Amino acid sequence: MTRTGWVIANLFRRRTRTVLTLLSVIMAFLLFGLLQSVNTIFNAGADFVGATRLFVQARVSFTSPLPVSMVPKLEAIPGVARVAYQQWFGGVWQENTPLIMFATDPQRYHDVYPEWIMPDAQWQAFARTRTGMIAGKQLADQYGWKLGQKIPISSNIYPQKNGSKSWAFDLVGIFDGKDEEWKKRTNLAFVQQDYFDEANQFNVKGRTNFFILKLTEPGKAQAVSRTVDAMFENSPDETKTQTEKDFNISFVKQIGDIGLIVRWILFAVFFTLLLVVGNTMAQSVRERIPELAVLKTLGFSDRSVLGFVLAEAFALVLFGGLIGLALASIAGAMVEKGTGGQFQLALDGSVWLLGLLAIVLMSAAVGLLPALRARRLRIVDALAGR
Amino acid sequence: MSNSEPGGNSMSEPMVQVHNVTKVYERGKQKIEVLHGLTLDIPRGDFVALMGPSGSGKTTLLNLIGGLDQPTAGEITVAGRRIDQLSSGQLAHWRAHNVGFVFQFYNLMPVLTAEANVELPLLLTRLSAAQRRKNVAVALEVVGLADRAKHKPKELSGGQEQRVAIARALVSDPQLLVCDEPTGDLDRKTADEILGLVQVLNREHGKTIVMVTHDPKAAEFARRTLHLEKGQLLEQAA
Repeated sequence: MTRTGWVIANLFRRRTRTVLTLLSVIMAFLLFGLLQSVNTIFNAGADFVGATRLFVQARVSFTSPLPVSMVPKLEAIPGVARVAYQQWFGGVWQENTPLIMFATDPQRYHDVYPEWIMPDAQWQAFARTRTGMIAGKQLADQYGWKLGQKIPISSNIYPQKNGSKSWAFDLVGIFDGKDEEWKKRTNLAFVQQDYFDEANQFNVKGRTNFFILKLTEPGKAQAVSRTVDAMFENSPDETKTQTEKDFNISFVKQIGDIGLIVRWILFAVFFTLLLVVGNTMAQSVRERIPELAVLKTLGFSDRSVLGFVLAEAFALVLFGGLIGLALASIAGAMVEKGTGGQFQLALDGSVWLLGLLAIVLMSAAVGLLPALRARRLRIVDALAGR
Repeated sequence: MSNSEPGGNSMSEPMVQVHNVTKVYERGKQKIEVLHGLTLDIPRGDFVALMGPSGSGKTTLLNLIGGLDQPTAGEITVAGRRIDQLSSGQLAHWRAHNVGFVFQFYNLMPVLTAEANVELPLLLTRLSAAQRRKNVAVALEVVGLADRAKHKPKELSGGQEQRVAIARALVSDPQLLVCDEPTGDLDRKTADEILGLVQVLNREHGKTIVMVTHDPKAAEFARRTLHLEKGQLLEQAA
């Protein structure tokens, strides 16, 4: 037997309690790993490396539409090959299923997104059918939509001129992704911008939520971004230009200060963990007062006994923490793969380092008081049950 | 202390010298004097039974001799070393190398096997794992429990648990064994077996033994019996 063996043996003296506590630690560090990764993503600076498309939205918020008349100016910027635009439709399928659905100019969209694979005939049908709609394969499969069907869709934002929020579109095309990564993103649908402009009751004609700039070469992303924003600076329609990835992130950021939310969640998680593990350790030491006294009787110093209790706390948190972080790594990698790299949740070194620091601090926090109690106990009193 | 005083002995040099020891406990605002200037010599190789009514100070005296507690006043010397002035850390180190303890309720570690329990004190030595295992095997052999080495305390009878406790007390080869009511939780037959074993340790292995007991039959196994009452030594019985 070794001192380490003694610590481990004590840890599993009450298996159920230890396993339940371990599960709490695992869950806490799983959340820590994932949320810290989310935080890293949201706190990361703009990354233009390898970007082939840029998104232009109103500087205030993408919910403030920009005039479509900006298109020629944007297309004139060196490095911009083609410009498409998208207007959020707020589509709802059946009673309450929200859809990712935009109004767009079919030809421009086709030019900017060669990653969508759809027969030319269907692209042409989309361009010439005013009530036409195209849907991603995933979406069409999910709701059983077939080509030629009339699809009734409500908008939770835009009513038609007659006041009804119920719309009906002709499904003229179903597109797929060019590879596995893009196939996973075929959960959205598009309708014609012209028809939307004419038929909706609101005064948003000639305006759109954002532009998508297809670049002539990836290396120009940062320069084009600066040029666009400088071009519309101090105008009524100031812009914010960013990569597709950053746009997706800022889309989520509309919810609120993600960093703050994450910090509060983590605070709550770790505070709860502190109470759970702290209680376990305190209980564990309280139950073993006579045994700790015997250890001291046998010649283990006060410091050794303190070390044993701290080591138990550390082992418990370390074991659970490492499993939690490992699970977070796996889950993060799966999310990253599942979203085609749009959300890079895989844990990087900094998250692991922070996790290890959290393990050390948490061990000290939960172990110190019981350890000090064990260190201070007087043999004679403890053996007498006082 | 002279040999003519209660507890004195002329057999050989004293293993334990207790000189004018007073012990006062503080319970809240109350001060309780348990031992009143007690003086006692226990020669090397002796087997002493300490008897007396509850509250007479037997266990307090045993704790002081075993270095589990410090006297309020007076001197305690064990195997030539003054232990009443040692710090808590020094005392722990001293205990590890000089005293073995046997308790009434065995006080084994329930999560460890018999052999791991016996090995526990050896973690404080520099012995190799192989040497530790060897010493543990010898100690368990001495108490007749070699075949129960892999059993945990809950798988052993009371008598067997006490044998494991005795093996644990012996394994680091201390000169002094202090036993606090070692048979208080055992039936007569098992108690006699345990006391017989303790007697063997004294007679054949030369261990000095100080044993607190309420049981006159247990005291008969000792070489002599000392009686305490109200914190003072009354007499020495042959």
